[in-house]
Amino acid sequence: MRIGVFVCQCGTNIAGTVDTEEVARRTLMLPDVVYATSYMYTCSEPGQKEIQQAISEHNLQGVVVAACSPRMHEPTFRRAVERAGLNRYMFEMANIREHVSWIGLDREANTRKACDLVEMAVAKLRYNQPLFSSKVPIHKKVLVIGGGVAGIQAALDCAEGGLDVLLVEKKTSIGGKMAQLDKTFPTVDCSSCILGPKMVDVSQKENITLLANSEVENISGYVGNFKVDVRKKATYVDWSACTGCGACIEKCPSRKVPDTFNEELGKARAINIPFPQAIPKKAAIRREYCLHFTKGKCGICKKICPVEAVNYEMEDEIITEDVGAIIVATGYDLFDHSVYGEYGGGRYPDVISGLQYERILSASGPYGGHIKRPSDGKEPRDIVFIACVGSRDASVDRPYCSGVCCMYIAKQAILTKDHVPESNSYVFYMDIRSPGKNYDEFVRRAQEEYGVQYIRGRVGKIYPRGDRMVVQGADTLLGVQVEVEADLVVLATGVESASGSRELAEKLRISYDQYGFYMESHPKLRPVETNTAGVYLAGVCQGPKDIPASVAQGSAAAAKVQALFARDTIETNPQVALVNERACISCGKCIQVCPYQAIQWKELRGGDRKAEVLPSVCQGCGLCNATCPCKAIQLLHATDNQILAEVNELFG
Amino acid sequence: MNRYIHNEEIFMNRRVAYYQGCSLEGLAHEFDTSTREVCAALGIELVEIPDWNCCGSTPAHSLDPVLSAALSARNLAIAVQEGADVVMTPCPGCLKSLKGSLEVYHDQDERQKFLDILGMPFDGKVKAISVLQLLYEDVGPDAIRKRVVRPLTDHALVPYYGCLLSRPAHFAQFDDPENPISMDRLMEAVGASVPDFPYKTECCGATYGVTRNEIVGKLSGRILDMALRVGAEAVAVACPLCQQNLDLRQGQLNRQWKRNFDIPVVYITQIIGLALGIDPRKLGLHKLFVDAGVLLEKRGPETTQAAQ
Repeated sequence: MRIGVFVCQCGTNIAGTVDTEEVARRTLMLPDVVYATSYMYTCSEPGQKEIQQAISEHNLQGVVVAACSPRMHEPTFRRAVERAGLNRYMFEMANIREHVSWIGLDREANTRKACDLVEMAVAKLRYNQPLFSSKVPIHKKVLVIGGGVAGIQAALDCAEGGLDVLLVEKKTSIGGKMAQLDKTFPTVDCSSCILGPKMVDVSQKENITLLANSEVENISGYVGNFKVDVRKKATYVDWSACTGCGACIEKCPSRKVPDTFNEELGKARAINIPFPQAIPKKAAIRREYCLHFTKGKCGICKKICPVEAVNYEMEDEIITEDVGAIIVATGYDLFDHSVYGEYGGGRYPDVISGLQYERILSASGPYGGHIKRPSDGKEPRDIVFIACVGSRDASVDRPYCSGVCCMYIAKQAILTKDHVPESNSYVFYMDIRSPGKNYDEFVRRAQEEYGVQYIRGRVGKIYPRGDRMVVQGADTLLGVQVEVEADLVVLATGVESASGSRELAEKLRISYDQYGFYMESHPKLRPVETNTAGVYLAGVCQGPKDIPASVAQGSAAAAKVQALFARDTIETNPQVALVNERACISCGKCIQVCPYQAIQWKELRGGDRKAEVLPSVCQGCGLCNATCPCKAIQLLHATDNQILAEVNELFG
Repeated sequence: MNRYIHNEEIFMNRRVAYYQGCSLEGLAHEFDTSTREVCAALGIELVEIPDWNCCGSTPAHSLDPVLSAALSARNLAIAVQEGADVVMTPCPGCLKSLKGSLEVYHDQDERQKFLDILGMPFDGKVKAISVLQLLYEDVGPDAIRKRVVRPLTDHALVPYYGCLLSRPAHFAQFDDPENPISMDRLMEAVGASVPDFPYKTECCGATYGVTRNEIVGKLSGRILDMALRVGAEAVAVACPLCQQNLDLRQGQLNRQWKRNFDIPVVYITQIIGLALGIDPRKLGLHKLFVDAGVLLEKRGPETTQAAQ
């Protein structure tokens, strides 16, 4: 084989600590290597041209590029060699940037290690075979997980483009956190007035199937051909019959159910519709509070329902669907402020979370939109807001900025002044982060027009004095200790990843960071893709962001799906397992270990049977390869011979 | 929270190495005697570390952390030689030094230097705890409740933890750093009523008593003020320095700020000791500067009925 080696300098990224010229020189001495060179930016157009030129001038049959991680540029170089007439699998990459130059300063040792890696790549390349993809049809249906504003936007944009959408929502209504908000910054327009129509659109679009009160149970397959199992949890109400009249709710005798939509500020019933604009507007029974289920009596809702929709025998249902792409928009949870002993650890009813205050402000909230405090229903005059509760605090493992709190405090302080003109609001803050369009102007308005007192410093202690709360903190601009007596304290509770986000990520085979937020494929250039083809991200599940950014990401994810579905077929990855039938002893171990059910029995003439891999289902994980006792299954492009060649090169 | 099963069998006849420290030989003598009395009553054998030396206190570790760690580690090393796996010290300052030496031992970069200075075999397999931690986690409020013979019913007591007992959180590994509750629960167990005390972890002024006495006056004054405001008749502490600032300096405070504080500041071990029926003199109650006789008043339903 005639092999060419191209050592990239990556500017000074590699050349700074690796002698790339020396790597090229030494590589040229390897058997089969007929051409080796070092270049400033191999991935650039002239760099790629040089590879193509070398292929034709030196009749190269295989190419090695020693540069960055294959995650970064393997597709680039595969395309480059393909354009020059080579099969894309006659190419190998040696990672001498992330694995060498970026992690060591010893130039000599780095150069030695880079040579080793290149030698291994050359050794493997000698065993490479041309591989060819096949084409499989795409299921042009998209699964959107999560019905908050990001998921709604993604679903609507996909549906608008004519795609079939399956929208799965964990709760009984879509709307997410945005449905709980009163107003939105910086325009102070009503949250449910701008979200409501979008929610109605979801219910009216013929090509959107909404599965509320449902969760994704299992996902298999690959881009273009996923198979998903969705658990439709029992609501004990037949939603095809329920009209949302609410008669059952009125009569339900179980009246002490925590109202989760109102952040537990009020009480709900065991059979409930979470809020008036709910989509779908259908009743559901919460089993753990229902007297029929807990005590075995009652049954009033069943009697009262005019359409006989209540069905206590209902069971969870598993729905299986084929989809071609998945948009994950599972949102976030609010940080639990009870870990802060200095803020009362959740003991004081008048120390509340930002979302609770949002419900208090809301006209459809527990107090009908009148600002009252939870302890005694009095209208508060002095209100203290504390920023960064569960944000930018390494001591509670939340070192990141939640990004929305500075703005929502400013909004809430403005709304407070509108509701109670004689009130005084105080904000304890660390820094004000307001980089969005019209955001900083908005914060200024809160300070200048609405007279909100901004105090730069942290609060060290909150405790009751009479029926009021004393907030003790520091004013670091004046360098003094301050004490504010307040009727109500609002903690600007931050954002954390949704509970269950890690479990879902494992089902989707996508990665997540240490805080449970999903990892995008590239932090700048691939912000909605994941490292699993066909799975896209939208909204806060990827990281804290506000409504405009969530909506933009929802649309972006939809655009990615539209682009994927613009084709009718998808090229399969030919790096799959292949059975050598002559070596197969029909033990069936590979069939047992395959996580994708990609291996099955193949009947031969004479009654023999051998393992057979379905290339369209195989994900190339290599489990069968490692399990096979007689090495009859080989993973193409990572065969035993190829791996041994690399190992032998290193230690031989 | 509690890592130990509260079973009398487990702590009965248990041996714990005891590190007394200098404070408990001087002004805080009653903390020492009451600790010994309470532990004896609860069946815990305290074995004083033979030939114990200074923990290093504040000056040593501000000069050289490793040298200071080795100094206090000598006490731990002797305790281990004597077969102990737990060293208990009532003084939070000593506790900080002992824990600090374990931290240095577990720091790979410092370990060798530390061991060279120490010059004794040491494997770090020993735990340092406060007497409060021993009573709260090893014995537990439930077990203490069962042994109360003179409950402090209708006595309103507030706990003052100060800065070191629960903080820094990763270092103390005990109780909630900002809202500790161990003394609250122990005092409830002996029948006292414990109002919510917002200043339980505020600064008492600590060693500023030596150099800037007026700062201590101001800070300790606020704590006592708050104790009175929430209706306490005595303040419980578990630190000799806190006790000194709040108790000994009440006279100074009254002169300097024209106040008339007269609120006893009592060690938690004295309170538990009283409830267990130990003679107040053995607990050193008479050694406090502000008279704590009020704690000896018998109250409760029977007394109230008799008064009527």
